[in-house]
Amino acid sequence: MKSMAIGLKQVRLRRLNLEPYILLLPSMVYLALFFAWPMFQAFRLAFQTDDGHLTLSYLQRMFGDAAFIKALRTTIVLVVSIVPIQFILALTMAILVSERLRGADLFVYIYSIPLAVSDLAAGIIWFSIFTERGYLNSLLYNLGLIQKPFLFLDYRTPWPIVGIVLAEVWRATSIVFVILVAGLQSIPRDYIEAAEIFGANWFQRVWKVILPLLRPSIQTALILRTILAVQVFAVVVAVAGRGVTVLAAEAYRWYSEYRSPHMAAAYAMFILVISLASAFIYLRTLRVREEMRL
Amino acid sequence: MRRLAPPPRLVGRGTMYLMALLIALWILIPIYLITMAAFSPKDVIYSWPKSLMPQSFSLETLLFFLNAYGVLASVRNSVIVALLTLALSLVVGAPAGYALARFIFRGKDVYRLMILSTRAFPIVILSIPLAVAFIRWNLYDTVISVALVHTAMALPTTILVTSSVFIGVSKELEEAAMVLGCNRLQAFTKVALPLALPGLAASAIFTFVLSWNEVFAATILTLYNRTLPAHLFVQLAASPLPFRFAGGFFILVPAIVFMFFVRRYLFNLWGITLK
Amino acid sequence: MAEIRLKGVRKTFGKVVAVQDVDLTVHDREFVVLLGPSGCGKTTLLRCIAGLEQVDKGRVFIGEQDVTDLPPRRRQIAMVFQNYAVFPHLTVFENIAFGLRMQRKPDSEIEMRVKAAAELLHIEELLKRYPAQLSGGQRQRVAVARAIAVQPQVLLMDEPLSNLDALLRLEMRAELKRLLREIQSTTLYVTHDQVEALSLGDRIAVMRDGQIIQYDTPLNIYDKPADVFVGGFIGNPPMNFIEGQVRVEDDKVKVLTSGGEIEPTPEDGAILRKLKDNRVLIGIRAENIEALPTSAPDALEATVLVVEPLGSHNLLTMQVGDERIKVTTRADFKVQTGQHLWLRLKADKIRWMDKASGRALYA
Repeated sequence: MKSMAIGLKQVRLRRLNLEPYILLLPSMVYLALFFAWPMFQAFRLAFQTDDGHLTLSYLQRMFGDAAFIKALRTTIVLVVSIVPIQFILALTMAILVSERLRGADLFVYIYSIPLAVSDLAAGIIWFSIFTERGYLNSLLYNLGLIQKPFLFLDYRTPWPIVGIVLAEVWRATSIVFVILVAGLQSIPRDYIEAAEIFGANWFQRVWKVILPLLRPSIQTALILRTILAVQVFAVVVAVAGRGVTVLAAEAYRWYSEYRSPHMAAAYAMFILVISLASAFIYLRTLRVREEMRL
Repeated sequence: MRRLAPPPRLVGRGTMYLMALLIALWILIPIYLITMAAFSPKDVIYSWPKSLMPQSFSLETLLFFLNAYGVLASVRNSVIVALLTLALSLVVGAPAGYALARFIFRGKDVYRLMILSTRAFPIVILSIPLAVAFIRWNLYDTVISVALVHTAMALPTTILVTSSVFIGVSKELEEAAMVLGCNRLQAFTKVALPLALPGLAASAIFTFVLSWNEVFAATILTLYNRTLPAHLFVQLAASPLPFRFAGGFFILVPAIVFMFFVRRYLFNLWGITLK
Repeated sequence: MAEIRLKGVRKTFGKVVAVQDVDLTVHDREFVVLLGPSGCGKTTLLRCIAGLEQVDKGRVFIGEQDVTDLPPRRRQIAMVFQNYAVFPHLTVFENIAFGLRMQRKPDSEIEMRVKAAAELLHIEELLKRYPAQLSGGQRQRVAVARAIAVQPQVLLMDEPLSNLDALLRLEMRAELKRLLREIQSTTLYVTHDQVEALSLGDRIAVMRDGQIIQYDTPLNIYDKPADVFVGGFIGNPPMNFIEGQVRVEDDKVKVLTSGGEIEPTPEDGAILRKLKDNRVLIGIRAENIEALPTSAPDALEATVLVVEPLGSHNLLTMQVGDERIKVTTRADFKVQTGQHLWLRLKADKIRWMDKASGRALYA
């Protein structure tokens, strides 16, 4: 009896392989220290005064701030204009390179260059185009369309927003493109051919077969892009200077210029809430049923 | 590339080429413009109207930028931060990626989900409390502090990418090595590692670029020891046009070069979907 | 060289029992084939012997040594993997030398043994190449050469031919048989292909649901399957099973089927007598049924449903009472669909099974 009990114990010990857990441990400790903990601290900063009292005063102050409303409005305008344009453009690009055009590999490379471009660099580039003596004004002048430079970046006009949208579409469509192409490549050709055999034309194949099968990729791309667009920052400052403000820029200003980590954390919390809410909405509306997976 | 489906009659092959070409130009022209600006002398940059063709080649603007106060130091800081980030995220992330690729264990799905969902959290929120904490820990305004935050940003992707790299190296190969006399570690270093090396290098380059480009955390976490993007960012409003253009170009170039080297791994690195 | 001995080996994955308390002995220099359908646990059992899986219970012996708790590298084994597992970053030479290098053998010996192994497999001219430059069949040879170069006590092979195309598989099968006879290594070979098992093995262990059902020579496995599963799994076409009821009349034992009466041999009759009025299965192979164009006293009347001419012989699917059975005839036997034939079962070739348990009626 005794030996059998020992035997059973050995069995259990041997079966719990510790190796994977040991390998995962560093990453879990790291993410706990530098991801979970700051997350929690941000929460505390936003809802707790320095002497430890819970408070809503930072949030109230944020909501009452004139800059908050402006920043929120601009952020929303940017998100709802950037994300759909990027999606449609990226889908077009993905389908084009999947068409086995001559030089498709080169197109893939060119289309993915902006992946590596910093938002600050993208902002500066588009600033060089839209600024008073910039390339756009020069082009319009050379074409005889204007006599003197047009002030595109005047914050009283909607033009700076257009500039920011273009810079972001230019820079960050690539990530959507790459995710969609990877998704397209994972769709077995048989499905598309089967649809063709049964009489679906090109648009029907895209609409009825490719897009539904591409749903996991679309979901990922939209979530990723929306979250990144909600925290858009350097592009805005580089293109439009201080005339246009967004949520992340306000968080930065409260921390660096007004020296209030509490207010900065309140803004960060707000950005987090919007991000999670949008991720949740995408997950719900684009839900991929388990039984429909490839 | 696999062909998707024959084009419909209303969009012929020529039209598709034209579209593909136009999109390529849309991406390339801004790069062309900033490159031209960076290699133009100052008076061309200030001139009006500007020509859209290169007028004169000059290093004046780039040299002016590089010699400006604080720029070279910030470039050095950027390189150090990026290298630290790269090393740290590989050391911490690659073992986890390996575990995900090789083992079936309880909690694997939960871990994977956790890693994936960290990508849904905005990075903005990490920087502010960490800045407060780093002041307390005497790490504020150091390259280490920036590298620590950049690693937190890069780690989830590093884990997922290295995991897909190791999945690409058949488990059978390591088993064969073990049967032929290797211990666990030898099987890894003699077989899995050499085969995974190109993929791991691509992942490292990705991390480098991520860190090299990052503005928000670097700006918040440093005061004097700025990285290049942080330095450029805080100087932006007060700096003349040639400084901005040269700076933008200078951040851009390594990114494009690196992109060229990782192009084979493009879809491994960025094509990962949720699930 | 050494024997392999398994005692009560069990391996579970979560709630799935992959290997259930298996006892197995492979004698020194014997070639044993582990045969079974996919998912029967045969590969898991092989991996337990290799040390790539830790057993939950039981012991594994190689030679006189208990290797249960030893890592693979200390078991003095070699293995050929299903997907070859030829290292892509090493040349063919370095692949074959890998195990010898791990043993820190001197370069001269490595050179000699690699050459010898390469020669045995006719790949001497490929030694400088990388695996990517080889065909599937060549990679297979490299994998086998790598395994035999270390002169293992025990050679384990996991479906080594399953990734080759049909023609190459046939060629490699014969070559493996020659090779293994030559090196006389104790070999355990896993496959789901019954033809491979019959042609290669000194003995075959048939596995199902984690257990070994029958362990015997190929001939015995084929002629005397232990149960309905083995009879159906081995041989092409599978063994026919006709249901019947044991009748004892006037001291004579007969089995009544839906197609007519069958008379067992006296020895079988003695066993069947004890099962009076019980239901049994008549197991008989297609080639042990004689098809007659005209009525005969002890033959069952049957209708031809399908005729498949296969060149060397014809394969008929016949309706006998409620049963459908397969019968082979000579290629020149003229027959048409719908025709009536009379079938005579060779009584001494019948394998009697218990209907309820599906097991053969022999102790």
